[in-house]
Amino acid sequence: MYAIGSGRIAPDRLDATFAALADPTRRGILARLAAGEASVTELAQPFAMSQPAISKHLKVLERAGLISRGRDAQRRPRRLEAKRLGEATKWLERYRRFWEGRYHQLDALLDELKTKGNRSGDRR
Amino acid sequence: MKSAETLKITTPSERELVMTRVFDAPRTLVYDAHTKPELVRRWLLGPPGWSMPVCEIDLRVGGTYRYVWRRDQDGTEMGMGGVYREIRAPERIVSTERFDEAWYPGEAVGTLVLVEQGGKTTLTYTMLYQSREARDAVIKSNMESGVTASYDRLAELLAAPQGVR
Repeated sequence: MYAIGSGRIAPDRLDATFAALADPTRRGILARLAAGEASVTELAQPFAMSQPAISKHLKVLERAGLISRGRDAQRRPRRLEAKRLGEATKWLERYRRFWEGRYHQLDALLDELKTKGNRSGDRR
Repeated sequence: MKSAETLKITTPSERELVMTRVFDAPRTLVYDAHTKPELVRRWLLGPPGWSMPVCEIDLRVGGTYRYVWRRDQDGTEMGMGGVYREIRAPERIVSTERFDEAWYPGEAVGTLVLVEQGGKTTLTYTMLYQSREARDAVIKSNMESGVTASYDRLAELLAAPQGVR
């Protein structure tokens, strides 16, 4: 939160990335693709969604640069563009670490308060 | 040793960031730790080497709060504050947030929700930025090279509450 570094990605691209990540189905698709490339049919299976609906999500992900199409012209498998996703998650990761540190301190404080409360009945 | 709870961060919409974390304590304590200055300054610290010389809280709707952090080494200060919009002890606080040297346009609105179950408290903190541009400015200002997100971290992010398997 305080670490003010240098911006490295054009904001509109980052914007598209986060908009794409904001949807649970699209996050699910990315999680599936993290395990390896997959065709549209394969991607549609776990989601109980029509292929056109999945295709729409894939288009959003593609526009955000988060996925691309493989070479196999028949299957047209989609695959994860890890670099783009990494740029977006990198920031979240830094933010998460920062807060994780604070919340560890809060854990310690809460433990202390609980002990105090048990010992002296009602101190608060 | 109890296992550490993990903090999850998601971006459920274009203007929001949401943090979720479970604490092994009743929510009255978690609430106190967010509203009593003498407790807040014990944990809401910056990185090592930073102290929190100012921590003022006027806990009522329309009341203000003000936090200042100082890097002890060179005296660099960072301040922020805001106004309480909604207070429902011990479960919900809505407040505005603005940094002195704001690097994003407008104010952000933070909503803290505490839910207790079986002696544990789930904290959900939602930051709503005024615009997509504001949130992205925050994101951009924090963007740094160096750490490459590993697939493990990625999996964790993707496994966030609404994630589809």
